[in-house]
Amino acid sequence: MNNDSLESTSEAIPPETTMVSDTTEKVRKSLGRRYAREKRFKLFGVIAITASLSFLAVLIISITIRGLPAFKQTFLNLDVTLDADTLDLGENPDQDALRKANYNGAIKNSLLELFPDVKKRKEKKALYKFVSNGGQYDLQAKVMADPTLIGQTINVWLPVGDDASGYLRGHIDTSVPEKKRRFKNNQITWIEELRADNKVQTKFNRTFFSRGDSREPEMAGIKGSLFGSILTLMVTLVLSFPIAVATAIYLEEFAPKNRWTDIIEVNINNLAAVPSIVFGLLGLAIFINFFNLPRSAPIVGGLVLSLMTLPTIIISARAALKSVPPSIRDAALGLGASNLQVVFHHVLPLAMPGILTGTIIGMAQALGETAPLLMIGMVAFIVDVPNALTDPATVLPVQIFQWADLPEKGFVEKTSAAIMVLLGVLIAMNAIAVLLRRKFERKW
Amino acid sequence: MNKENTVPALDLEQDTPTEQTIEEIVASLGDTVGQTRVDNPKMSVSNVDVFYADKQAIFGVDLDIANNEVISMIGPSGCGKSTLLRCLNRMNDTIPICRVTGDITLDGEGIYSKDTDPVLLRARVGMVFQKPNPFPKSIYENVAYGPRLHGLNRNRADLDDIVVNSLRKAGIYEEVKNRLDDAGTSLSGGQQQRLCIARTIACSPEVILMDEPCSALDPIATAKIEELIDELRENYAIAIVTHSMQQAARVSQRTAYFHLGKLVEVGDTDTIFTNPRHELTENYITGRFG
Amino acid sequence: MNTSMLFLVVAILIAIAYVVGRSRAATLRKNETPMHSLPRYYGYLTAICTALPAFAILIIWSIAEPAILKSSTISSLPSGIQSLPEGELDLVLNDIKNLATGGISQSADDSIRQAAATHYGETQGLSRLLKSIIVILAGLAGLLYGFKKIHSNTRARVGVERAIMIALIACSCIAIFTTLGIVLSVLFESLRFFNKVPFTEFAFGLHWSPQTSIRADQVGSSGSFGAVPIFAGTLLISAIAMLVAVPFGLMSAIYLAEYASSTVRAWAKPLLEILAGIPTVVYGFFAALTVAPLIRNVGESIGLDVASESALAAGLVMGIMIIPFVSSLSDDVITAVPQAMRDGSLGLGATKSETIKKVVIPAALPGIVGGILLAVSRAIGETMIVVMAAGLAANLTINPLEAVTTVTVQIVTLLTGDQAFDSPKTLAAFALGLMLFVTTLILNVIALHTVRKYREQYD
Repeated sequence: MNNDSLESTSEAIPPETTMVSDTTEKVRKSLGRRYAREKRFKLFGVIAITASLSFLAVLIISITIRGLPAFKQTFLNLDVTLDADTLDLGENPDQDALRKANYNGAIKNSLLELFPDVKKRKEKKALYKFVSNGGQYDLQAKVMADPTLIGQTINVWLPVGDDASGYLRGHIDTSVPEKKRRFKNNQITWIEELRADNKVQTKFNRTFFSRGDSREPEMAGIKGSLFGSILTLMVTLVLSFPIAVATAIYLEEFAPKNRWTDIIEVNINNLAAVPSIVFGLLGLAIFINFFNLPRSAPIVGGLVLSLMTLPTIIISARAALKSVPPSIRDAALGLGASNLQVVFHHVLPLAMPGILTGTIIGMAQALGETAPLLMIGMVAFIVDVPNALTDPATVLPVQIFQWADLPEKGFVEKTSAAIMVLLGVLIAMNAIAVLLRRKFERKW
Repeated sequence: MNKENTVPALDLEQDTPTEQTIEEIVASLGDTVGQTRVDNPKMSVSNVDVFYADKQAIFGVDLDIANNEVISMIGPSGCGKSTLLRCLNRMNDTIPICRVTGDITLDGEGIYSKDTDPVLLRARVGMVFQKPNPFPKSIYENVAYGPRLHGLNRNRADLDDIVVNSLRKAGIYEEVKNRLDDAGTSLSGGQQQRLCIARTIACSPEVILMDEPCSALDPIATAKIEELIDELRENYAIAIVTHSMQQAARVSQRTAYFHLGKLVEVGDTDTIFTNPRHELTENYITGRFG
Repeated sequence: MNTSMLFLVVAILIAIAYVVGRSRAATLRKNETPMHSLPRYYGYLTAICTALPAFAILIIWSIAEPAILKSSTISSLPSGIQSLPEGELDLVLNDIKNLATGGISQSADDSIRQAAATHYGETQGLSRLLKSIIVILAGLAGLLYGFKKIHSNTRARVGVERAIMIALIACSCIAIFTTLGIVLSVLFESLRFFNKVPFTEFAFGLHWSPQTSIRADQVGSSGSFGAVPIFAGTLLISAIAMLVAVPFGLMSAIYLAEYASSTVRAWAKPLLEILAGIPTVVYGFFAALTVAPLIRNVGESIGLDVASESALAAGLVMGIMIIPFVSSLSDDVITAVPQAMRDGSLGLGATKSETIKKVVIPAALPGIVGGILLAVSRAIGETMIVVMAAGLAANLTINPLEAVTTVTVQIVTLLTGDQAFDSPKTLAAFALGLMLFVTTLILNVIALHTVRKYREQYD
C-alpha cells in the first residue's frame, strides 16, 4: 500500500458518507511517513541478509576460481633412457642403491635429446626446469617396482615444473618485458614446440591427494595433513563423545540441583565461549611441558581438541536428553527398572539422534580448528604421512595456514584447493547432521 | 513466535464421531436464527468465510455490531468466535495461512478492500487481548505508545492529558497516579488488563474488540472490568468474546452463539438466555455441553 | 612390553573377567542358587574389579616414572655435573635421553654421558618390565577377588550401577578440571613472567618489542614488554568487526524472524550456518589474499595510504565471520519475545517496523546485549584471521588503515618460534594468554548471566 493511493482515497471520500473522526484524520496524515519508514526498515533487513549471503558467495567463488586449477596437473611426455651409467648404478643394485640412483640425470638427458641445439649452461638450466623436481620420484617409484626397466628406454609422463605449468595455464603475462619475467622467451619457444608435438597434457592431479607436503608446489599434496586430521579427529571423537554423553546424562538425569552442579553448568557454558587459542596454551603447558607428551603429535592435538569440543557436545546432548518426555521415564520406572536402566535402555537411545547431530557439529568444528594446534607444534614442515598417534603430523587447516604463507604462485592454487577439500568435508558433515536431525525429528 | 498457538484447534476427528465431514454438520445446522442486522450498524459482517490453510474455521457468518452497545460472542472452544473477532481489525493478517472471504465493513467501507489501511483500521478498531500484555515499559509509556505512533498529540502537555484521561476512563488512574513511571508489568493482572484497555482507549478508537478479557483474572478484577465495559458502552461499539455465559448475560445487550464456525443464533441477550430458539443454543446455555 | 601392548593385554584380561564372571553366575543360577542380579551384572562387576587396580597402577606408574628415572640418572652422574644449575642439567639429561634412544650427543665429554645413557636405558627397561608384571598381577588379583564375590549375597547390579554413577560424576568434573588447568597453566607461567618483567611495565608500557634486545643492561630480559599497543590493536580490530557484525547480524535476524516467509527462512538460515561453519583459517586466507589487496587498491585510488596488513581488512573479515553468530543469537532472543507483545502493538495500529523498533527490540534488549557481548568475546579471542591478515608491528594507533597487532597474534608468534621455554619471550605469551582468558571470562559470565535471566523472564 503506498502513499499516493492513500491520499487519493482520502480525497475521494465524500464528507457526508463518513463521520471522519479526529483520530482518522490524524492517523491518515501520518500514514505516508510511517509507511516510508516501514519500507526503509524492511529494506535494511533485506540488504543485511543479502549482503551476508553475498559475502558467503564471494568467498566461495573466489576460492573456487583460485583453487580449481590445482586439481589439474600438466605432464610432459618424455622418452627416458634408464641406463645404469647415467643412474650411477653398479651391477645388481640393491633396493637402497635404487633409491639413491640419479634419476634426475636421466631426465635431464632425455630433455636434452628433445632439444639438441641447447648447448649453453644457462640454457640447459632453463630447459631442466621444465620437469618438476618431483619427476625423479615418479621414476624412482617405477624403477623400484620393476628393476628390469634398467637399461631400457621408457615412455613416461612427468609433472611439469612450476613456471612452465604457470605459463601453460596462462598465468604468465608475456607482454611483460623478458627481464622481469620468470619464464623467458627461449623457454616459451621450447614449450610451444612441445605443445605442438602433443607432448604436453593436462590430467587430473593425483599427486595432490597422494603425497605429503613439499617445498615444490607441483609436488605438494594433502595426504599427510588429511591423515593427520583423521588421526587427530579419531582421538577427539574417542575421548569427547563418551565423556560428553556421560556428563550430559549426569547433569540432566541425576545431578541434584545444588551449588556444585551450578558451578559445573556455568563452567561448561563458559568453556564453550573460551577462545580456542587458550586451549592451545593449556595443551602446551600441561600436556607437553608437564606430561612430556610429544610435540606435533595427533594424540596431543586430539586431547586439546576434545577438551574444546566437550562443551559443544555436552550442551547439545543435554538438549536432546531434555526433549525426551518424562512419560517415557515414568513408564519404565513403573515397570521396576532402576534409574540407570531407565536412562540407558530408554532415554539415551531416544536422545541418540540429537546427540549424534551435536557430535557431528562438534567434530566439524574440531576439524576446522587451527589456532590451538599451532600452540602444540603441529605447524612443522612434515613430508611423511603419519601412521601412529605419536608421529609428528599436521592437519588440514594448519597445512592451509602454512601454504597461505608461501610466495609461489603454485601454492596459492594449492591453498585454495585444500580449502575446497576442507569445506567440502565440512559441508558434508553438516549436511549429514541436518539430515539426521530431519530424519529422526520427533514430535512428542 | 508462537503463531500456531493462536490458530484455534479444530480437531475434526474428535468432533465428528459419526464420520460426517465438518461441512455436512455445518450444513445440518441450518440458517442463523434471529435478527443478524440492526439499524445503522457500526460494523457489518456479511457472508464471511475464514480458512486456515485448507481448513475452514468460519462458515458464512452475517452479523452487525451497533454503536453504544455491547455484543457478546459465546460458544464452545474452537467455535470460531475469537477468529471472527480477530478478523474485525485484521489481526488475522499476522497469520500467513489465514484467508478471509466475504465482506466486513466499518461505517460502510469494506475493511478488506484494497483502499483500507490495516494500520488506520486498527487505530479505529482497538483490541484487548485474552492475557494482559502490557509492553515492558512504564505505565505512562504504555498508554502514550498509541498516541505517539499516530501523532495524536501536539505537545507533551497534550500527551499527558491523553494519558491521564485514558487511565481515568479505564478506571485505573487513582490506583497508579503516583507511579506512572513504574513498569507496566509490575501491576497486578487485573490492573494490567485495565492498563491495556486504557492503552486502547488512548488511540480514541470507535470500536473496541475484547477477546476473553477476563479469562486470566480473579473474580474481583473481573467485576471491575465488567463494570468498566458497561461504562465504555456510552462512547464505543464493543464486541466481546467470552467463555462465561454469566459474563455475557451481565455485560452485553446482544449475544451471538457460535458452533463449529457457524453463527447459530443471535438476539437480545435477555431473549437468548431466557428463551433460546435453537436446540444447540439451549443445550449450551443449560450446560448440557460446552 | 610397551604401553599399547600392555593396554591390549589388560583389555583381554577384562574381557576374560566378564565372560568368566557371567558364566559363573549363570551356572549358579542354573543350580537354583537365588541370585540378586542377572548374570551379566556379575560379569560387569568382575570386569570392573579387574580393570580398576590394573589401570590405577598403570596410570600412577606412568606419571611417577619420569621423575624416578630422572633422579636415578642424576645420582649416577659425577657430582660435578650434578651441581650444575637446573637449566644446564636439563640439557645434559636431554642429551642422555637422546643417546639412550640411539641419537647422537651434541657434547664433548661423551664417555660420562654414554655411561649415564646406558644406565638410563637399563633403568627404563627394568621399570617397564616391572610395570608390565605388576599391572598384570594387579589385574589378575582383581579378577580373583571379583570371582570370589560371585554369590547370592552380592548385589551385583547395585555395585555396577554405583560404579557407573561414579564414572558419570567423574566425567562431569572434567569441565571443572579443564578450567582449572587453563587457570593454572596460564597463571603459573604468567607469574614467572611478572618476576622478570614488572606487572606495571606490562600493563602500562607503551612499547612492545619482544624480539630485539634494546635494554642490554637488564640481565635475563630482552626487549620490552609494554602491552598497551597490543591491547589497543585488539580493541581496534574488534571494534571494526563489531561495527560490521552488529548491524548486519541484527538486521538479518530481525528480517528472518519478523518478515521472511518460511521458505526464505528455510534457505537463509542454513546458509548463514554455513557462513558460521567456515573455519577461521579460510577467512584468514580470504582476508589476506582478497580483501586486504582490495582495500589497499581502493585506498590508493582515492589517495589514501593503506598498510598492506591494515586493521581494516582483518576487522572487516572478522566482522563477516561474526555476522551469523550475532544473527543466530539475536534470532533466538527475538523469537522468544511473546507473540502477545506484538499483537498488543499491532492491535493499536502500529506498523510492523514500529512494533519491532518500539516493542520487540526493547523487550529483547537484554538478550541481544548478552549476545553481542559473547560476540565481542569471540572477536577478541579470534586468532587465525588476525594472524594471517593483521600485522606483527605493535603500533599504538586508532587509524584503521594502519597495521596493528593483537593479543592472539602475539601469542602465536611468540610461541611458534624455537625458544627455550622459560625465556621472557615465551612467558610473555602466557601473560597475554592470562589477560585474554580473564577478559573473555568476564565478558562470557556477564553475557551468559544476562541471557539466562532474559530467558527465565519469558519461560
